[in-house]
Amino acid sequence: MALSPDEVARLAQLARIDLSAEELAHLAPQLDVILESVARVADVATADVTPTSHPVPMTNVFRTDAVAESLPPAEVLAMAPDHEDGRFRVPRILGEEQ
Amino acid sequence: MDITRSTAADLAASIAAGEVSSVEVTRAHLDRIGAVDDKVHAFLSVDEDGALAQAAAVDARIAAGEQVGPLAGVPLALKDVLTQRGVPTTAGSRILEGWRPPYDATVTRRLLEAGVVILGKTNMDEFAMGSSTENSAYGPTYNPWDLSRVPGGSGGGSAAALAAFEAPLAIGTDTGGSIRQPAAFTGTVGVKPTYGGVSRYGQIALASSLDQPGPCARTVLDTALLHEVIGGHDPKDQTSLAAPVPAVVEAARHGDVKGLRIGVVRELGGEGYAPEAEANFHATVERLASLGAEVVEVSCPNFEYALAAYYLILPSEASSNLARFDAMRYGLRVGDDGTRSTEQVMALSREAGFGAEVKRRIIIGTYALSAGYRDAYYGSAQKVRTLVQQDFTAAFAKADVLVSPTTPTAAFGIGERLDDPMAMYLNDLCTIPTNLAGNSAASFPSGLTSDGLPLGFHVMAPHLADDRLYLVGAALERSLQDSWGGPLLDRVADLTAPATTATEVAR
Repeated sequence: MALSPDEVARLAQLARIDLSAEELAHLAPQLDVILESVARVADVATADVTPTSHPVPMTNVFRTDAVAESLPPAEVLAMAPDHEDGRFRVPRILGEEQ
Repeated sequence: MDITRSTAADLAASIAAGEVSSVEVTRAHLDRIGAVDDKVHAFLSVDEDGALAQAAAVDARIAAGEQVGPLAGVPLALKDVLTQRGVPTTAGSRILEGWRPPYDATVTRRLLEAGVVILGKTNMDEFAMGSSTENSAYGPTYNPWDLSRVPGGSGGGSAAALAAFEAPLAIGTDTGGSIRQPAAFTGTVGVKPTYGGVSRYGQIALASSLDQPGPCARTVLDTALLHEVIGGHDPKDQTSLAAPVPAVVEAARHGDVKGLRIGVVRELGGEGYAPEAEANFHATVERLASLGAEVVEVSCPNFEYALAAYYLILPSEASSNLARFDAMRYGLRVGDDGTRSTEQVMALSREAGFGAEVKRRIIIGTYALSAGYRDAYYGSAQKVRTLVQQDFTAAFAKADVLVSPTTPTAAFGIGERLDDPMAMYLNDLCTIPTNLAGNSAASFPSGLTSDGLPLGFHVMAPHLADDRLYLVGAALERSLQDSWGGPLLDRVADLTAPATTATEVAR
């Protein structure tokens, strides 16, 4: 089940992290050790056990659909990497190759 | 009165009685930070002007004859993972360098409304991923007991600020032990409340089903007073419990364990635990027995798998939560030169903004959730979560609280475990089961190793029975301080002495 640097690169791409070649080489064996030790969960996770996603039983929570004060746009935009005309400015979304 | 050595309860009483002003108390702590924080590095930012303004406002309210709350005017150190409007909040990450949030976390808001003075933001492992505070993008925090050692993590800054007398109160957040393990390593008190007991609104999320903010202080009563200020239902957090805060202050004042059934968890000891830590643990259990507690042994066989389950669930949730750092609306943006697409800019920004441990965990989480592996990894981990919860339920049928050492060893050296993730993860062996089950737990100081390093005693209580933690903690504190002739922290190194002491004495 050993992870190759290529596989780590694919995962990094899914996670949108542009890892360097050195990082890939360093990470792959570390991830292997971690994955090997966490794989033991399968020893006790038999078919008859119900999975739990939350520590306490959860029900959906609703609130009244009432107008309330929102965050001050000027303060929010002041913290944006870039903005224009009261909006976030982002790089192009469609790539030529896509 | 030595202001920086006083308890929060005493300071609040003196401030309310007009014997000392909140501005004086705040000034004394700011001066202390100025004197020792270049050695400890507990703080990432100090908000001197804001703190003094908050203090002056409390003084004005008292001068006007207003009734103020039980912690009004007392300074606090806030973990940098909680937002405070207009104050830098980084979560220990480069990706949020310079970010000033446009809103307060609910914990922050409740503190300010209670008149608590926020001195600054404390250092932490990046996005709370770590057990040593070495993963902070802004450099490590040093343990005030021995500056060559880590203060624990992720809330090492908050714990070190308490132990260095830079603040009498602090806020931490606990996802797998990030409040309790640093408390153990620094001889301070840390409580992880029941999941949903303290609002997560405005806490920068690591693993949403595990995260829980909580109170930290030097005494059990101070911790309880802080717990009461920050706890309670919040409509802004959908997982917040619609239940009253357990009677924690009353329990801390009462501190009687007569007839309380204390369950020693058989699986949390033995191989991998330092003999000194185990000996201290057993002596502490005997002390509780001598105070009238009934000691029983319980078995939680699935705790053995908790660590593995945790290191699948946490990265899975984190990989999803940290997707919000996309370089679009806030935080670092790199490589936006007009030629690159959004996705390229995103990948470059996340590469530049995240540290090694954050990348490790995001990749593990991405793997555990990816097609073909999800059932084997994430799915199995969720089943272990059920089994751990069943173990707790069975154990709490036999005992009112469960106990263990907080950590298998005392504080380790800076750099010692940095490149060995599994050795680092073992720190959280005793604390993780509680996060998987969502019940409450705490660490209380229980003694020193022969090297003069603090050890912690871990107490776990059922959901919404947080008050029992304080019963045990207060009983222990009273009895231990009688035997020590004062608080454990009286023995911490004098950080203002010439630079020969702290590290060398402990060696």
